Amino acid sequence: MAMTEEQAALMPTNPKMTARDVKVFYGPKQAINGVSIDVDMDHVTAFIGPSGCGKSTFLRTLNRMNDTVASARVEGTITLDGEDIYASSMDVVQLRARVGMVFQKPNPFPKSIYENVAYGPRIHGLAGSKADLDVIVEKSLRRAGLWDEVKDRLSDSGTALSGGQQQRLCIGRAIAVEPEVILMDEPCSALDPIATARIEELIHELRGRYAIVIVTHNMQQAARVSQRTAFFHLGELVEYGVTSEIFTNPRQERTKDYITGRYG
Amino acid sequence: MSAATDAPRRNPTDWRSDVMQRRIARRYASERMFKLAGLAAVLVSAGFLAFLLISMLGAGLRGFTRTEITVKIDLPATAPGLTPATVNARSLIAANLPGVVNDAADEALGPGGAALLSPGAWLTLRDAILDDPQMVTRVETLRLPASTEIDLAAKTGGSPEAEASVERLRKAGLLSTGFNSTFLTTSDGTDPTQVGIWGAFKGSLLTMVVTLLLSFPVGVATAIYLEEYARKNWLTDIIEVSINNLAAVPSIIFGLLGLSIFLNLLHLPRSAALVGGLTLALMTMPVIVIAGRNAIKAVPPSIRDAALGIGASPVQVVFQHVLPLALPGILTGTIIGMARALGETAPLLMIGMRAFIATPPGGITDPATVLPVQIFLWSDEVSRGFVEKTSAAIIVLLVFLLAMNGLAIYLRNKFEKRW
Repeated sequence: MAMTEEQAALMPTNPKMTARDVKVFYGPKQAINGVSIDVDMDHVTAFIGPSGCGKSTFLRTLNRMNDTVASARVEGTITLDGEDIYASSMDVVQLRARVGMVFQKPNPFPKSIYENVAYGPRIHGLAGSKADLDVIVEKSLRRAGLWDEVKDRLSDSGTALSGGQQQRLCIGRAIAVEPEVILMDEPCSALDPIATARIEELIHELRGRYAIVIVTHNMQQAARVSQRTAFFHLGELVEYGVTSEIFTNPRQERTKDYITGRYG
Repeated sequence: MSAATDAPRRNPTDWRSDVMQRRIARRYASERMFKLAGLAAVLVSAGFLAFLLISMLGAGLRGFTRTEITVKIDLPATAPGLTPATVNARSLIAANLPGVVNDAADEALGPGGAALLSPGAWLTLRDAILDDPQMVTRVETLRLPASTEIDLAAKTGGSPEAEASVERLRKAGLLSTGFNSTFLTTSDGTDPTQVGIWGAFKGSLLTMVVTLLLSFPVGVATAIYLEEYARKNWLTDIIEVSINNLAAVPSIIFGLLGLSIFLNLLHLPRSAALVGGLTLALMTMPVIVIAGRNAIKAVPPSIRDAALGIGASPVQVVFQHVLPLALPGILTGTIIGMARALGETAPLLMIGMRAFIATPPGGITDPATVLPVQIFLWSDEVSRGFVEKTSAAIIVLLVFLLAMNGLAIYLRNKFEKRW
């Protein structure tokens, strides 16, 4: 456990999700070793670290996307609002509706823009009527900052949009099912700087409404969008704290080396 | 000191030297050769295809026409018992129409005239009377189908006697060529002027329906299960190897399997489209499973992630995302499998579908034959009149195949989406 008492005091938290001593194995290989962390409701949490350090793997344990990997095995406890998400009573389909995810590569469905957003509410029965659904689609696309660009062509294919627009569509799609937590796995790595700035702005706007966790390679991005930063290295959580602290005054040598560009 | 700095300094490459120029020339030459070889291969296969089509159409199109002889028939005189009110199938049997036609032919064409007409010529008269009962009150001129000898002599050349008759009839202006509607509406027979393809066509259609209804859902379900649900272990490995082997098993083996299981064990009706369809479904299924698995594998995992990520259940992911995207590939596999099944003869011989079937099957349990078996049977006939019928049947089979593939390609393009 990397967080000291002192740091904990610095972080008056309103934890939405907590992880305690989480270990992830792919077959015999251990990918995550004993990570404990609280994901805060009111702040954006960034996971940083060099490639292969396990930050994406850990992110995917938070909505059980690792279940799809046959060889993956998760130990430890992860809770959402105090409820163990790996308990047998937890419905994984509902969990993923409550903990939404945005992926590294924009992956809209090869369907219309409208259908992309409407799909989630439809399968969860969130809209009573076509009019309800229209409202949800508009609201979600507005929150994703895409509405003005696509309102006249909702029936166009989602895959015809530009990369940045596709990623915002994916965020809109995640928002449409009213999740409580949004996990973003390097959402800007395939985007140009302008589209990246647009997404970062969006993360600012969404903060507070949803607990947001973002995995990023880009330390400037972590510094810009997050209030809490966790540094992962070799499957371990090295340091977790207030973003400004981590970047200006890291406590761990490894964090300092990474921040200053010694490796990564 | 590294090895690179130890190495002697290389002379700068002379890109204009003779060696270099020759190398470049060789490279271009090999590229030209490869292009020419490819072009030659395409031309050769196009030539074979053109040869096949031309010879097939040349021989086969004649099978769709027939030579007709104009005969005057005086029904009130030769069949006095008939009145427009009493005309029906039964009264026409009593009226001895074959005799009427023979007499009329002898009268119109001279002694031996009846032999110039097809033995089934009276059927044309019967159908004409049933169409228009008023005919029995007048003297009517009808174009009746000629016998096989006359038909052949008129089309390609036959025996000297037949050619002489044709010459005589032609001079008298009694000979004409008409569309052989009989060929498209009747079934197998013994006289080549009276045989038709409809029975075999319907048999093929019913067999294909049974095959498709069985092999497509089962094949697709198997592919989905193996790709999306089954855990990788020794059992699924064995299943996978078995399916791949099944796709390569000679079709006659499937015929033996059908014979021993469907006929001997389950006592299903012999020669029926049901058993033919079941047997061909066994043969087609592995092809659909393999194509289906490849198509499902080709769906990008990001689409599955996207759907799972917003809380779709595995079944929703498969049926709402993976399957629609994999459908074009699955349909391609289905086309290949069904086309193979449509052209299959050997396994159907084993389950008795080579029987002589003179009436079109009414359902999937009636005795039936299929187009390729019919072609096989006709190609074995002694009478020369069957040669053109065989080619005509091949044309019908190819048209059936083209129509089936056309439909599948249309469906595939309709479902094809880009991502």
